[in-house]
Amino acid sequence: MESNKNFVVGIFDDEDILLHAVENIREKGLKIHEVYSPFPVHGLDDALGYKRSRLPIAAFMFGATGTSLALLMQIWMLGYDWPMIIGGKNHASLPPFIPVTFELTVLLAAFGMVGTFFIASDMKPYKWPRQFDLRSTDDKHVMAVDLAANKMSKDEISTLLKSSGASEVNEKNF
Amino acid sequence: MIADEKYIFKQATKQKLFILIGVGLLLFVIGVFMAMNSGHHEGAEKHASEAVAKSLLASAEPVQHGEAHNAHAGAAEEHHGSPTWLKRIYTSLWQNNIFFTGIGIIGLFFIAIQYAAQAGWSAPIKRIPLAIGHWIPFAGILMLVLWFVVKGDLFHWTHSDLYVKGGEHYDKILDGKSAYFFLPLAAGSFPIFYIVRMVLFFGLWYLFFTRIKSSMLAEDIEASATHWYKSRRLSAYFLLIFAVSSSVSAWDWVMSIDPHWFSTMFGWYVFASWWVTGLATITLLVAHLKGAGYLKVVTQNHLHDLGKFVFAFSIFWTYIWFCQFMLIYYANLPEETVYFIQRMRTAPYSWIFYANIFLNFVLPFLLLMTRDAKRQVSMLKVVCPIVIIGHWFDFYNMITPGAMKLEGGVGLLEIGLALIFAGAFLFVVLNALSKLQLVAKNHPFMQESLNHHI
Repeated sequence: MESNKNFVVGIFDDEDILLHAVENIREKGLKIHEVYSPFPVHGLDDALGYKRSRLPIAAFMFGATGTSLALLMQIWMLGYDWPMIIGGKNHASLPPFIPVTFELTVLLAAFGMVGTFFIASDMKPYKWPRQFDLRSTDDKHVMAVDLAANKMSKDEISTLLKSSGASEVNEKNF
Repeated sequence: MIADEKYIFKQATKQKLFILIGVGLLLFVIGVFMAMNSGHHEGAEKHASEAVAKSLLASAEPVQHGEAHNAHAGAAEEHHGSPTWLKRIYTSLWQNNIFFTGIGIIGLFFIAIQYAAQAGWSAPIKRIPLAIGHWIPFAGILMLVLWFVVKGDLFHWTHSDLYVKGGEHYDKILDGKSAYFFLPLAAGSFPIFYIVRMVLFFGLWYLFFTRIKSSMLAEDIEASATHWYKSRRLSAYFLLIFAVSSSVSAWDWVMSIDPHWFSTMFGWYVFASWWVTGLATITLLVAHLKGAGYLKVVTQNHLHDLGKFVFAFSIFWTYIWFCQFMLIYYANLPEETVYFIQRMRTAPYSWIFYANIFLNFVLPFLLLMTRDAKRQVSMLKVVCPIVIIGHWFDFYNMITPGAMKLEGGVGLLEIGLALIFAGAFLFVVLNALSKLQLVAKNHPFMQESLNHHI
């Protein structure tokens, strides 16, 4: 049951301490659930060992879909479904289709990326996000460790977080 | 903070450049002989394609200007000028000089942009565009000398009989434009306004180049931010001047080869082509220097930024290209479409016209799209030459069809001249680079750039 998950939450005052703590804790074999910070911390992604996002690949796919759709739509509409002569050009001539193709490429790439991002980060309407500590939106860095994902005991994790520089260690149940 | 680093212009590198120039010279001489002897057997083919082109051009003849154009067509037939092989040499010389002038001036423009934008990331690579800027005086002298040599064959508007009212070759359209060339003298005499512009632009470019350079080098000796502020002030003035002079020089040196035709996009078009070529050249030099063990402070993050520049401005060039093409295509005004009919429908130019888009848009767009591609020296070393060669063909198609009509070609002659120019350009640039500190010493943004991370 998701509602019974237990977390140990470490609070850090300084991003330098946090960065070293992340490295230190991961070296000791502890899995970190997530780190929340009030501002982007340079190098935190690398320290946490996150892989590069595959969002650009999704963007390219969505963009390519937009390109194909736009071209198919225009060629079908102006070439077959309702052929019209505009300015003496061929029914299906490429140059006037380019601006619409460009727009649809950008539109689908943008919408597709936003949608993919929402789905990938598990954000949806009426879903209340987990707040490990509200101060992560103000002046503290918050590190959450999932007890279920680690073999260490609660006390061991607490001492490890403390010794790595956490200013306080709390527990949080969802 | 930073160790003194100097580029050593090795004897072996000099030899390679001399071999490049030598090969270019050999190809050029063979190409000239081939062009001199080829006039006869191509005759029939030429006539056939000429007939096709004439019928195309005739259908594009504007009604309201019919009178002037007919007179002009007559003039074109009667005026033969130099033999084809000599015209090819003139056209190719002019095209190469325009192309390399662009790379040279973009070296200075790149630096000016960095100062005006207060950019930090570029601090350790600024000496490379500075070295490229050393080509400006050579380009200026070549341009001025070449102009007097090639004017009769390239610039139709220089013929004085076009401006004789009531004369056989009188051209109403060019007479209307004559003030732009000949002011304050009478139309058809010496184009003093045109020459003054050419001298003024190169003079101003060179003046700002030397002043920005001396201010940059003064910073190496004296650690004071005043030099940076001075460079920024000079850069801002230069950008103002370049905004006007880049457009006007594009009209003067390239667009006036087709004097009846005009495009309001043209200044931007030439600038976009110069700019992306210059960026590719800077990136290529940085990549090669890095590969040769120089520029130790330059990391993948700096290469990434340069790669982004090449990628983004390849798309920018395509945007400008399409704007110019699309408007002319859709408006379908005969006096404008004639430019593209020449380039899209006749033998030597049509494949270049399509290759232009492929080399300068499709390839850089797909090859440099991913982050990894922009961060790898090996990929940049593939894409940058493609962009540079692609834009050489871009300038070829801007200049040759107007100057040579149907007689143009890409053969050993053109390739040879391009190699000679490339060799000379690289010699000047690398020689200048070897006399500079390779990395600026007291640049106020150096620390920021060393920690640059994207």
